Amino acid sequence: MALDDMYKEVILDHYKNPRNKRDLPGAELSCTRNNPLCGDEITVFVHEEGDTISDVAFMGAGCSISQSSASMMTEAVSGKKVDQAKALAADFRGMMAGEVEPDEDGLGDLVALKGVVKYPIRIKCAVLAWDVLQEALDSAGTASGSAPHAV
Amino acid sequence: MTGHIGGLDVEKIRKDFPVLARTVGDRPLVYLDSAATSQKPQQVIDEVSDFYAHHNANAHRGLYMLGEEATELFEGARANLARFFGAPGPENIVFTRGTTESMNLVAQGWGRKFLHAGDEVLLTDMEHHSNIVPWQMTAAVTGATLRFIPLTDDGQLDLSDLGSLLTERTKILSVTGMSNALGTITPLRQLIDAAHAVGAVVAVDGAQLAPHHAIDVTALGCDFLTFSGHKMLGPTSSGGLYGTAEILDATDPMFGGGEMIHEVFHDHSTFKPVPYKFEAGTMQIAQQVGLGAAVDYLDAIGMDIVRAHEEEITGYALGRLIDAGATVFGPKDASIRGGAVSFWYKDVHPHDLATILNEEGVAIRAGHHCAQLVMRRFDTPATARASFYIYNTKEEVDVLVESLAKAEAIFI
Repeated sequence: MALDDMYKEVILDHYKNPRNKRDLPGAELSCTRNNPLCGDEITVFVHEEGDTISDVAFMGAGCSISQSSASMMTEAVSGKKVDQAKALAADFRGMMAGEVEPDEDGLGDLVALKGVVKYPIRIKCAVLAWDVLQEALDSAGTASGSAPHAV
Repeated sequence: MTGHIGGLDVEKIRKDFPVLARTVGDRPLVYLDSAATSQKPQQVIDEVSDFYAHHNANAHRGLYMLGEEATELFEGARANLARFFGAPGPENIVFTRGTTESMNLVAQGWGRKFLHAGDEVLLTDMEHHSNIVPWQMTAAVTGATLRFIPLTDDGQLDLSDLGSLLTERTKILSVTGMSNALGTITPLRQLIDAAHAVGAVVAVDGAQLAPHHAIDVTALGCDFLTFSGHKMLGPTSSGGLYGTAEILDATDPMFGGGEMIHEVFHDHSTFKPVPYKFEAGTMQIAQQVGLGAAVDYLDAIGMDIVRAHEEEITGYALGRLIDAGATVFGPKDASIRGGAVSFWYKDVHPHDLATILNEEGVAIRAGHHCAQLVMRRFDTPATARASFYIYNTKEEVDVLVESLAKAEAIFI
């Protein structure tokens, strides 16, 4: 059944037991954004050491897809170089746009979210955390990260 | 399936709506999103099709038979709407794309002309964004202040402090007749009388009320009423604005252009009389003609029967959803609310719920319903919303409730 493609075990696991869902005091970078479709809001915190993401966490509330994607993202980019994390974000967006065949070695558990591509309106849920991460990383060098987007 | 609900022969009605015969995957479509847009009966589809096949021309322009026919059909729809809403005459009905455009016309054409710094616009916390944002835009230009009537915990207007909100500073009260996010029917009679007592104009957002309830604007005494044709069996981009002759005459056009003018000079133009001064450019002719057929369809049923069906099916849905463990927002008494039922099913996020229900053929809305003030008031980012119309059956409510178990199996 199609639903099984979407609500895979690994997605439900990350939804019910989100990793790195916590505040990150002293984070150099942070960004909050919401999905105007549903009002779900995610904040991503990034702790940088040099050009490496030494810690990453998220907070917020949302559907299983947005929350599991955020949880898996934190695991995927933690310890990575900033450039690697940005490349991963690009790969993930490519997969969700149906443009890139997912590379399991690179994306790991995140490949589970590929099933969401069949539900176009939910793709925004899956990429929300990644958009927030990207914006947080891009805000490096500005005063205190970027402001939440108005809706 | 059973036949009559609230005196309405629903099985007979359903035969008029071709889309209801379709399936979603291998499941029959259970359409529970009529508060977003209603389905269309064959009579409306035929009217639009017939217009294009046999009468299509621009209205108010062609000096030939086809143009006269198009004009006659377009103006006939206006007369139908005037009758449907109890307006004194067709000239009280301005055609627009629907409530959003109508409310922008009120906020710009009336608001920017008559509001000044120190004046107040009174809204409520249950308004749709289309009755908030246009007023914010007007307030930014005029210096007027927006105030809001708060909500009670069961989603009704909290009128306990109305005396301090509605004062001689209040120049307009703009209020929904029925909340799209909570289903609440507002006490329009009481609100209009109170507003008029302090000299305020009253605009009623009829987007949700008009499809389900008899509205007699003359008896009600509102100054403006907005309505959206696509929520009341008509085509998308059909709808309009009712206004009293006096207030429409005083209101400025929002759009300038062809057909709304009397004469154009280098430095100024003179406008046509109401309602034509508001209808610049080529209008939604086929759509409004279709809306004329839609209100004929509703009239043939009778709006009291339409409301009786809504009340009965809403009461049934409230009972079943609450029994199943859902948290319902808004009044629990079907006699004071309409058929837009917002809820959370246990801890299942509304987006997940909508996706899972879709697999069962059930179409519901999930999100903030363009009512973020309501979401904030009830401290939730989103709700699931099932909404009902004349073609919905209790069996469809049963499918909705039974499908909730699928969500529970996956998430809880």
